[in-house]
Amino acid sequence: MLWAESPRAFVRKDFFGIFSLEMNTRNKVIIKEKDLELDLSLQPLTIRDLTVSYNRKPVIWDIDLSIPKGYLVGIVGPNGAGKSTLIKACLDLVPRTSGEVMIYGKTYHKERRRVGYVPQRESVDWDFPVSVLDVVAMGTYGRLGWMRRVSKRSKALSMEALDRVGLVDYANRQISQLSGGQQQRTFLARALVQDADIYFMDEPFSSVDAATERAIVQLLKDLKKLGKTVIVVHHDLSTVSQYFDWTVLLNMRVVSAGPTEEVFNQDNLRRTYGGKLTLLTQAANEIARN
Amino acid sequence: MSWYTIDTWIVVIGALAATSCALLGNFLVLRKMSMMGDAISHAVLPGLALAFLVTSARTSLAMFIGAALVGVITAVFTQWISRFGKVDEGASMGIVFTSLFAIGLLLIVQAADHVDLDPSCVLYGAIELTPLDVIWRPTLFGLEFHVPRAALVLGAIVVLNLGFLISFFKELRISSFDPELATTMGINSNLVHYLLMSLVAVTTVAAFEAVGSIIVIAMLIVPPATALLLTDRLWIMVVLSVVFACASALFGHISALVVPSWFGFDDTSTSGMMAVVSGLLFALIMFVAPRHGLLSKWFYNKFL
Repeated sequence: MLWAESPRAFVRKDFFGIFSLEMNTRNKVIIKEKDLELDLSLQPLTIRDLTVSYNRKPVIWDIDLSIPKGYLVGIVGPNGAGKSTLIKACLDLVPRTSGEVMIYGKTYHKERRRVGYVPQRESVDWDFPVSVLDVVAMGTYGRLGWMRRVSKRSKALSMEALDRVGLVDYANRQISQLSGGQQQRTFLARALVQDADIYFMDEPFSSVDAATERAIVQLLKDLKKLGKTVIVVHHDLSTVSQYFDWTVLLNMRVVSAGPTEEVFNQDNLRRTYGGKLTLLTQAANEIARN
Repeated sequence: MSWYTIDTWIVVIGALAATSCALLGNFLVLRKMSMMGDAISHAVLPGLALAFLVTSARTSLAMFIGAALVGVITAVFTQWISRFGKVDEGASMGIVFTSLFAIGLLLIVQAADHVDLDPSCVLYGAIELTPLDVIWRPTLFGLEFHVPRAALVLGAIVVLNLGFLISFFKELRISSFDPELATTMGINSNLVHYLLMSLVAVTTVAAFEAVGSIIVIAMLIVPPATALLLTDRLWIMVVLSVVFACASALFGHISALVVPSWFGFDDTSTSGMMAVVSGLLFALIMFVAPRHGLLSKWFYNKFL
């Protein structure tokens, strides 16, 4: 494969103007990267050459990405494109075959306090005997460290977060008594309590009611105002341009990434989704309407 | 029914064994790995046999270390095989513990000349005989107590498990509920998992000498499962599971003395009766539990 054809050429060109003219050889890129070393510490997320495989089959391949600070980022792609795998690889939850992930220029291991995570709602057992407040307080466990008790302050912070997602009245309920949307908001409150600088959210909008969807969008906007970076795995093409100001189109490789208005077009969508034309027409109509 | 000091000791030892198992069992049940207790309690056999062959003595410490090591190995192999071997966790547990158990049996057969390990003893234990092995005679309030070895060992295990639960309650809770989040926060779920598994192994060894492996498996699962029917708070579940564990020991022993005489037999195995009583308690609670019980569900569907 020629270097010029690699998807990283697209990616880097979009992110750093400096790279755009010097993409032809690998060596030159590396030289330039050294100049950028300082800037990386300001960059919430930098991914280089990331490949993850399950059973020797690559799920995501040769991913290069840079996410600027303070953006709401949507990761979009068909089923099986590796969207969840991408964020799990960023969080060190799945082993990487190759490549590296930098959070503010350092390894994840060193900067984990600055990272918040909202897993898929279906990933936990909602019959588990804990209250809503217990779950939200789990957001403080990372800061507390091993063997420390959950303090009064953690609980107060958790109540505050529950207030922000409108669930104060449910604090002492067991989590199975919540609706799907309320469960999702519980997870978001827990992420708020983590007080991170960069958030990874895995399908927070999947099967939630309209009220919850609005609440989540409002929350994302609040986080953006505070200068946080939020990276969201998203399914619904019709809302991408509404919710996200930066879009990553993913199908095993990064097809395209950049400001939503530049990247989210029919051409790129076709390259991401391949032959699924009905879906594409739908999306195109939505884009036309917006 | 006549009650002697020895009966009190049998109940105490039974309750300690049941409590030490139930404390850890809560987290096995919540992690949906109940059969891990079954697997580990069988798989520790080669650890015990090896510890015996190496040290050629039935000292408890060597056996505990051997058991804990094999317990962790069981947990590690189970995870590896289910990840790389294209089989689900249950099947990989079955592969690991049967192989290890068989190795243990072979080792014991090899060493059979020196070991007095009797299969029925492993299954049912010898709780009725444990009070005879008295190693400590403290005098309190003018009364002399004859504390059996089993009570001391199991008491220590209860303290160990309780200490583990209290110290790592937060870690156990988050890594059981949401292991991925725990890992991203730097609370290594795998480490918590292996700590739990090695404690299960140690507890298994300590308890099955007294009460037999079947009771160990029953007490790891049944009291916590009963408790879960009654509450939706983790710490209440832990407390209730201990209550049910102790109740099983007390009523198990009383039933073992009383029930057979109704049918004209002599008294029966306390260990066996403990498991039966815990099962009956579960059945009872399953019917009458206020929220998750069958009766209340039926009532709700019928009248509301």
